[in-house]
Amino acid sequence: MADMSEPVLTMTGIGKQFPGVRALDGVDFRLFPGEVHALMGENGAGKSTLIKVLTGAYSIDSGDITLAGHPVRFGSPLQAQQAGVSPVYQEINLCANLSVAENIFIGRQPRRFGRIDWAAIRRRSRDLLRRLRLDIDVTAALGTYSLAVQQMVAIARAIDIEAKVLILDEPTSSLDATEVQQLFDVMRELKDEGVAILFVTHFLDQVYEIADRITVLRNGRLVGEYPTAEMSHVDLVTAMIGKELSTLEQLEEEQRPELSALESGSPFVETVELGRKGSIAPFDLTIHPGEVVGLAGLLGSGRTEVARLLFGADRADHGRVLLDGEAVALRTPRAAMAHAIAYCSENRRTEGLVEELTVRENIVLALQAVRGWTRPIPRRVQDELVAKYISALQIRPADPDLPVRNLSGGNQQKVLLARWLITEPKLLILDEPTRGIDVGAKAEIQKLVAGLSRDGLAVLFISAELEEVLRLSHKVGVLRDRRLVAQLANTDDLDADRVLQTIAHGSDAASGAAS
Amino acid sequence: MTRFTAAARTAVTHRLFWPAAVLAVLVLGNVAFTPNFLHIEVRNGHLYGSLIDILRLGAPLVVVSLGMTVVIATRGIDLSVGSTIAISGALACLVISDSGDQNSVGGVLVAVGLALALSLVLGLWNGFLVAGIGIQPIIATLILMVGGRGIAQLITDGQIITINSDPYELIGGGYLATFPFSVLVAVVMIALTAFLARRTALGVLIEATGGNAEASRLAGIRARGIMVMVYLFCGLCAGIAGLMISSNVHSADGNNAGLWYELDAILAVVIGGTSLGGGRFSLGGTVLGALIIQALSTTVYTVGIPPETTMLFKAVVVTVVCLIQSPAFRAKVFGRRPRPTPTTPAEPAKIEVPA
Repeated sequence: MADMSEPVLTMTGIGKQFPGVRALDGVDFRLFPGEVHALMGENGAGKSTLIKVLTGAYSIDSGDITLAGHPVRFGSPLQAQQAGVSPVYQEINLCANLSVAENIFIGRQPRRFGRIDWAAIRRRSRDLLRRLRLDIDVTAALGTYSLAVQQMVAIARAIDIEAKVLILDEPTSSLDATEVQQLFDVMRELKDEGVAILFVTHFLDQVYEIADRITVLRNGRLVGEYPTAEMSHVDLVTAMIGKELSTLEQLEEEQRPELSALESGSPFVETVELGRKGSIAPFDLTIHPGEVVGLAGLLGSGRTEVARLLFGADRADHGRVLLDGEAVALRTPRAAMAHAIAYCSENRRTEGLVEELTVRENIVLALQAVRGWTRPIPRRVQDELVAKYISALQIRPADPDLPVRNLSGGNQQKVLLARWLITEPKLLILDEPTRGIDVGAKAEIQKLVAGLSRDGLAVLFISAELEEVLRLSHKVGVLRDRRLVAQLANTDDLDADRVLQTIAHGSDAASGAAS
Repeated sequence: MTRFTAAARTAVTHRLFWPAAVLAVLVLGNVAFTPNFLHIEVRNGHLYGSLIDILRLGAPLVVVSLGMTVVIATRGIDLSVGSTIAISGALACLVISDSGDQNSVGGVLVAVGLALALSLVLGLWNGFLVAGIGIQPIIATLILMVGGRGIAQLITDGQIITINSDPYELIGGGYLATFPFSVLVAVVMIALTAFLARRTALGVLIEATGGNAEASRLAGIRARGIMVMVYLFCGLCAGIAGLMISSNVHSADGNNAGLWYELDAILAVVIGGTSLGGGRFSLGGTVLGALIIQALSTTVYTVGIPPETTMLFKAVVVTVVCLIQSPAFRAKVFGRRPRPTPTTPAEPAKIEVPA
């Protein structure tokens, strides 16, 4: 850490009220030059709000902000940026159709003789990205690059705005391990240059790897500020959720039914050479009632594609699907729903929720769609169903008439789950149901999945987190390069390492020991 | 006192407050120029008065705007309503003028039925282009907007068809039980639309489709069916308005009937608070919006604004109305920060931590 004497940023007594929610209540926060400071908390704790206040996206109701010794109050993101506060947001908000260079300099293009100096833009973009160890064609459209590259471009843009304070909101959620290390190297360099970095993530390990200090928020209030070195994992989690977290341990102890016992019955779903050109190679997969089948694989390995074929979101052009032994055509989501298949997409915002509708409307949407427009669900029945699931899944705030947009990510995910659970599915497909949500909500959702499967629901569980897949699944399907390469029974000797080996080698390493 | 301010604040933040306020200001402004503007009397068993005129002349726009509202709620737009108005009126007048006895109720019913059926076909065409083929709504309906004028010309053979049929005149210019018949039709259409939107599940399915089409598809909503239905309905509304308009002037003019109606209808929807981005819609707001536009036209005559500046006057008023509706603009001009809607105090007591 560089100079610890004087914080570059001090926020005191910050308050912010939203309709129905007190998002921030007297929160203090400080940031020193040359440190990485992790902002931690569950969904809805107020992390995003605090960041938006700091970057001028929201005005504050009370409190003071001091930047480099001067009191400031940002009226807009532009003002904040000009003052040296540069955010990189969770959802990358750049323009996919513009070139990389244009994205870096949009809104502040260097000019020569009154016209835009394209040569300078390209040259400076290349230099900037090289600083981030990225050597790419800066004239290509941003959308042609992977999410990881796009993330780096967003950071390049942020650091070029002579940032005193760099805000990274969940920058690693779409990056793989190497890319994360690359990002951390860049963060360390920036730190050495005296930039203060505010880092938000749900990955605890990353916090311990990179952060110097941690500030924990809970329910819009400050819990405390701690040096990372003096805080154990357990203390941190406890501070975030407010009481001892025992759900995860509980889950481990619960006995999973034996795979062989499950598979002795007849399967609910059986695919025979099901595939779609350019999307996923033909695969055979069976899921039994009460069985959780996990899908593991890297980003883009075809996990989501399997789910979409089974739900009819994409149309298969090869093979067949048998449900309860009968061949069925799953050509549309409606057809799949008619066979009691439900699918929670990994993209909550674009493929899941209708954000301007209320919690109630979002929850009953699928059931209503099945019933058709002529048979509205009576208000009384809606109220009962919605109230039941709001309390069962602990959706907060527990107000069915709030627009779902006002809810935090974890609660939005629960709304989506509730939507499908009330349709009483026999197969529930969950694509990254715990991505970007906090430890507490994550444990709740895992527990819910385990409980549902015990009650006889067949579950297809997709997650980038291997631990999670291993904890829940009876069987793990491994995908690589858009191909289902192995199906591993989740016995005691199956661990993350063996799954990783399988992903890496394209076949089960334990059986093909030679490699 | 506090209760009063609280009530006032609730009123101001109600989504229909600004459209209603603008309409009230327009009406009161007229009173200043025409003292007996609010006067309503029964003459020969019919209601008479300036306010009744606004309702009667505004009825076609109200009906068209209802259809436009549901189309816009699906993130679409229908530019062809003006042409459909012309076609519907032209066909009805042609059938009536060709029939032997123009005063025969049966003949008029046949004419009305044919005109409305054709309007439905036109709506279906739009729905097919948008939902079936996937053409962007503004382009898809532009086709009929332009082509429809030609169809109307073909029906009238390039002439203005004048008719003299008492039963037909009832629709746009007649009275039933002291009320203007067109106003009754509009009321029935408002009730029908409100019923379909809020008593069946259509409303929320339309809002879901307009709010997030892909999420709605994955939730099992037949978005295509919904789309076709809204364009069908919009075509029907335009057809009804076409009957009212041609009936009121006893003639069908393929060129000028319903000219620029699509723009007035879109404006009415927007003034009423429904976003062109789709999603949530407000039928009450749309009705107020349509009445504002009609009140504005009436104002132009009663206040005696020179004809050559009429268009400009309307444009200025509409601009002001749109600006007043914008919270961001109000905050800038009146120096208030946008106030979050009043709510029950947050619930720190209820904080329950997941176990």
